Amino acid sequence: MNKLKLIIKREFFAKVRNKTFLVMTILSPLLVVGLGALVGYLSKVNQDSIKIIGYVDDSQLLITKDFDSSKTIEYKDLSNVDIVIAKSQVEHGDFYGFLYVPKKDSISNIATSIEFYSKEPPSLQVISEVEGMVGYRLNYILLERNGIDSEALDASKINPNIKILSFSGEKSSKLIRGVKIAIGLSAGYLIMMFIIIYGAMVMRSVIEEKTSRIIEVIISSVKPFQLMMGKIIGTALAGLLQFSIWGVILLILSIVATAMFGADTTSIGTGNLPMQEVEVLDVVAKTEMQIIIEELIRLPVLPIFLAFIVYFLGGYLLYSALYAAIGAAVDNETDTQQFMLPVIIPLILGVYIGFASVVNEPHGTIATIFSMIPFTSPIVMMMRLPFGVPWWQIVISLLLLLGTFILMVWFAAKVYRIGILMYGKKPTYRDIYKWLKY
Amino acid sequence: MSNLLVAENIVKKYGDFTALNDVTIKVPEASIFGLLGPNGAGKTSLIRIINQIIIPDSGSVMLDGKPLTPNDIQHIGYMPEERGLYKGMKVGEQALYLAQLKGMTRYDAKKKLSFWFDKLEIRDWWGKKVQELSKGMAQKVQFIVTVLHQPKLLIFDEPFSGFDPINANLIKDEILKLRDAGATVIFSTHRMESVEELCEYIALFDKSNNILDGKLSDIKRKFKSNIFEVEMYDIKNKLLLNELSENFDILSSNIGPGNNDASLQVKLKDAKDSNDLIQYLAMHGSIAKYSEMIPDANEIFIKAIEQNAKK
Repeated sequence: MNKLKLIIKREFFAKVRNKTFLVMTILSPLLVVGLGALVGYLSKVNQDSIKIIGYVDDSQLLITKDFDSSKTIEYKDLSNVDIVIAKSQVEHGDFYGFLYVPKKDSISNIATSIEFYSKEPPSLQVISEVEGMVGYRLNYILLERNGIDSEALDASKINPNIKILSFSGEKSSKLIRGVKIAIGLSAGYLIMMFIIIYGAMVMRSVIEEKTSRIIEVIISSVKPFQLMMGKIIGTALAGLLQFSIWGVILLILSIVATAMFGADTTSIGTGNLPMQEVEVLDVVAKTEMQIIIEELIRLPVLPIFLAFIVYFLGGYLLYSALYAAIGAAVDNETDTQQFMLPVIIPLILGVYIGFASVVNEPHGTIATIFSMIPFTSPIVMMMRLPFGVPWWQIVISLLLLLGTFILMVWFAAKVYRIGILMYGKKPTYRDIYKWLKY
Repeated sequence: MSNLLVAENIVKKYGDFTALNDVTIKVPEASIFGLLGPNGAGKTSLIRIINQIIIPDSGSVMLDGKPLTPNDIQHIGYMPEERGLYKGMKVGEQALYLAQLKGMTRYDAKKKLSFWFDKLEIRDWWGKKVQELSKGMAQKVQFIVTVLHQPKLLIFDEPFSGFDPINANLIKDEILKLRDAGATVIFSTHRMESVEELCEYIALFDKSNNILDGKLSDIKRKFKSNIFEVEMYDIKNKLLLNELSENFDILSSNIGPGNNDASLQVKLKDAKDSNDLIQYLAMHGSIAKYSEMIPDANEIFIKAIEQNAKK
């Protein structure tokens, strides 16, 4: 036991004192936050600039009120000059684009022959805003011509807002689903990233001991199993340390960034929606904000966090044992590729299933099955957890994970014990199967 | 003299390949025991079994009269042929780590390391990383790490490879000193001249079998060819050669002018022994040199393996 502690300590410090570890630990969150802030800042700058659009309305159907400036678009009437001159004015002037509404015999013909000219392809946001504006007016006129009182129609318009309640009577919100999905996906994704990065670290560390030939000295002092476990645990501790540092730095930086750029999330999140919808959303958001907060507080944060740690450790231990076995089987990193595929595939599968299936149906058959299979359960179960999973499913999935982990460590230890002393020949799957029987 | 290590009837198979086929060795206490044999003879497998790195399929290993237990690794120091250290780790830190893995306390390890680093004059390297050292320098560190915990049994696999002659001698002297201090040394090598210099006992492995073992001097006697080198002067009997050839085989002769002096290689015939030859020679002249041609370890090595191949 004492020796295991020594090995863990060495592995931990070997990782932590490494220069790349320091650089990665400090730079990564800076990069993430920096990029986030940059994107937020740019999209804000983008939105702030008002685009001037010149227009000629030959149909005479649109009224002045339609061309009132919005937050992002300012219309300029160019009807007093010829259309050719107007076009060239726009092309050479300080305009974003030129809107031409022709005169046609019917509204529907007008609707399909409106033209928009611009120097560069216009942004979707601008086009949809212009379309919305023209569409609203044409619709209105059409309704009037058909003898429908559009005032009365406007007055009788209603926006239903369905309140979602659970049977226990708690109010829910549609947006909370998005929040839960975000929590689940990022937790699952984090686990996958950690497994890939730190699993590979374990593998490289095993290969390093093989290539530097220290391995025989070490295992004449300790059991290969102790060495392998020490390596896995030591690396995990280094990873946990890195994650905690990241967490702290990210927290500090995002507070700073929020204060500096005032990045308000609603403007980024709804930036692509036409104006009318944004207004609707704003109203909904304001009334729902409290429900969301209440619901967030009601989320079983502690159990989710605990489950995260457990699945995180379970998944990491399971995979890092595999990585250690692969490292022991080969002489150098280039030879690892043939064995990497079976390791990476279930991880990627887990994430894909999360995105494709859990998001739509957290408790569907596929999501449930893959949250039981040990190779994908740490990822898929984490994505399901915020939606509430029956405790017996968690228990079964954890038991399966634990059982597979023990089996995998047994397998890895066998391969490791033989592999670390094998040099030269690149082993095949058959060779490794044979090692199991030595 | 009692045996420190007895490995009996060891069998080790890797799949279809037999690495050790019912091998037995007995290593007497406080001796240097040479484990010899061509590549692939099974030496490394046996050493790994003694170090409990691998487990034999059958057979037993006794250390000090008791079956080997996991705790015994602290009584064994092993320097493998393929040696290495963590390249990115500092020398002193690494030596401390390896010593602690052998069960030493940190305090104890530090004290002893300090002693050895002074002895081998490498104190300045303590804070250096291994990758900054030359191969020979790293070997010195490796040697210290092997002997630091004062093991009863020391196992060296090709200890001199990578050393320049001066450092090889230094290490050889240290090994002899350790033996004198009571340590038992198993010494695996292909380099026969170091076997002559160091080993009291040897075992010769070939094709997974122990084909020859025992005290080196006994083995040499067994392999002696009964050939004597003789130099004579003042030869009285001019017909010496003719008469000699009736009772002995003369392999080569070099007769000086006037048949006064000669140097010969003579082989004994079945019934005769060395004393017969010397008596006969003494009667006919003065003997300047008389010596038995004893095969060196290298010749024994080649001869034994050739014989084994014929079987």
